[in-house]
Amino acid sequence: MLAYILRRIVIMIPTLLIASALIFAIIELPPGDYLESYIAELKAQGESVDQAQIEFLRQEYGFDKPVLERYFSWLWGFTQGDFGYSFEYQLPVSDVVGDRLWLTVLVSFTTIIFTWVIAFPIGIYSATHQYSWSDYGLTFLGLLGLAIPNFLLALVLTYLAKIWFGTSIGHLMDPKYLTEPMSWDKFKSILEHLWIPVIVIGTSGTAGMIRRLRANLLDELQKQYVITAKAKGLKPFKALVKYPLRMSLNFFISDVGSILPAIISGAEIVAVVLSLETTGPLLIAALQSQDMYLAGSFLMFLASLTVVGVLISDIALAMLDPRIRLSGGATR
Amino acid sequence: MSTKEANSPIPAPGAAMTHYVSDAPFDPHSIEKLTPAQEKVYLASQWKLMWWKFKQHKIALVSAIFLILLYGSILISELLSPYNLHTRHVNFVFTPPQSVHLFHEGSFKGPFVYGLNYKLNMENLKREYSENKKEVLPIRFFCSGEPYKFWGVIKADFHFVCPPRGGQMFLLGTDRLGRDMLSRIIAGARISLTIGLIGITVSFVLGIVIGGLAGYYGGIFDLVTQRIIEVLQSLPSIPLWLALAAIMPVTWSPLVIYFGITLILAMLDWTGLARAVRSKLLSLREEDYVLAAQLMGAKTWRIISRHMVPGFLSHLIASATISIPTMVLGETALSFLGLGLRPPITSWGVLLAEAQNINVVALYPWLMLPVVPVILVILAFNFMGDGMRDAADPYK
Repeated sequence: MLAYILRRIVIMIPTLLIASALIFAIIELPPGDYLESYIAELKAQGESVDQAQIEFLRQEYGFDKPVLERYFSWLWGFTQGDFGYSFEYQLPVSDVVGDRLWLTVLVSFTTIIFTWVIAFPIGIYSATHQYSWSDYGLTFLGLLGLAIPNFLLALVLTYLAKIWFGTSIGHLMDPKYLTEPMSWDKFKSILEHLWIPVIVIGTSGTAGMIRRLRANLLDELQKQYVITAKAKGLKPFKALVKYPLRMSLNFFISDVGSILPAIISGAEIVAVVLSLETTGPLLIAALQSQDMYLAGSFLMFLASLTVVGVLISDIALAMLDPRIRLSGGATR
Repeated sequence: MSTKEANSPIPAPGAAMTHYVSDAPFDPHSIEKLTPAQEKVYLASQWKLMWWKFKQHKIALVSAIFLILLYGSILISELLSPYNLHTRHVNFVFTPPQSVHLFHEGSFKGPFVYGLNYKLNMENLKREYSENKKEVLPIRFFCSGEPYKFWGVIKADFHFVCPPRGGQMFLLGTDRLGRDMLSRIIAGARISLTIGLIGITVSFVLGIVIGGLAGYYGGIFDLVTQRIIEVLQSLPSIPLWLALAAIMPVTWSPLVIYFGITLILAMLDWTGLARAVRSKLLSLREEDYVLAAQLMGAKTWRIISRHMVPGFLSHLIASATISIPTMVLGETALSFLGLGLRPPITSWGVLLAEAQNINVVALYPWLMLPVVPVILVILAFNFMGDGMRDAADPYK
């Protein structure tokens, strides 16, 4: 087991290296750089551009160095806890992201709980009532959530919330609280706004979860030991919950890998539509304005979280289910 | 002893059992013989069995028929739509959907629409349209209407449905330039539906080739591809789309951009398929028939394509079907962010991008109508995929 964990951790290093190279390539690929668009913006505003100042900025940010050198200095920064500098905000990346991180975690965490609360009973019910009309109906409802484009649902719900409850449009709180420190009223305002993104993001995820829970549970329910348990007179509820349900929950653990980054990044498009104060819009804006260190470091952060998450889920799975093979077999 | 007793196999009470031979013709296979119905099942090919099983999933069957009709419709989009894609009706901007009537003042007139009165509300500057109950405009069928170029090549003017003579017919309303929404939705289907199909083909080929090689060779090649797949899956998809879409120069023609977007969607989709192929091959290559093929000197590629892939092709097709909706939704999301297709190319995503602010929801809700075909297509693909997955293993 220990050897397995160690091996996995060693494998993580090349994975992260590939990821960093890929991310750097992606943010380098679009033509032009942030300085060029910055200069264009200044010119458009009618301000004069001082050539000496541009040269100074270019050197300061290292745009005059070759790509490889910039890549390695960026990579080296990570080991020092330096994530680079955001041109747009004129702040270190960690400061820009830090503020928004907590609200993002709040939204995503609530969403995940919401998804589980919805998907769990429906999945169990569908599996135990396979091919009944209620099974079809509930599956249909779940799929409907998947099928409606998120941004449109977000718009409609915001509009309805405005009409019915008078909730202000967009943002995670009433605009007057945006700059204020945390208070009871601000918290209430956040709660008032929270349900829209939670429902919108949550509905798109429930269908997949219902489907997988249903499929896994159905597989388990057909097995011999369940029939034995029922034949011996175990109550139906216990014959469902005691073993089959627990066995079919393995996929929840293997989901940890994808849930960790999802908590941090949130659903970007919904956040853009609702102009939420989460990290998603920040990332998209950074990609669009070529604020490369902000975008790159954030993507790198997400990639590392996934890799760590996959590791955690693999270890947990291996401990929970001894049948899972630790070594992928190259048997030839 | 009577003759009757002599022929009966059952001895008389108390008598000893006599030697008996049945005079019915002897058939040693009588027990194993199948009824014609059973025979049909046993002799049926795998694909036939799958079709039978698929037919049992009624919703999947309906979805499949619906999708076939829809894909058929994109062949003749121009004939189906009452107007041309880009025709502007400057006097009818933001017209709400008109309803079709059958009876005018109690008498049957066939399907018709009323004429429109237009008034600009000077208080809130809202355009207000009302039905002119005096003007009865019968809808024309199988008629010549606006001239168009069929698939951009053949000039024609035949439509299945035409607007009435001297009037307008906007069954789903018009947009901010006075273009007919119904015609635009019908035309958008051509792009939106094919983008998923082309994309899935590309990712299918990528997935089978890369996953196949990784699964068959194992070793270092497997390790590297596994890492690459892990990396691609560990990055959130929307930023990746954004970055890749930003690479495409603005100067490209819309058609090239269309193929570019398709490729982007496919580039990020093949990983799941490659994984599935790899894990299947890992287990299949231990099978005896693979060893037999190797001993007989078959080449790697032949073993993979001829002996192994057919073993799980049906599963692959089913899982590919389920991932088509992701591509359709991905296109709408990219177009929404302004990074996907651009006008004049019209897809459902491009149409929905016009409905992206709260004013539209409040004032012109019919601009959101392109979402209806999107939802229907995604539901249909999902149900069909479910049915195909159930049918994929007919021997189960």
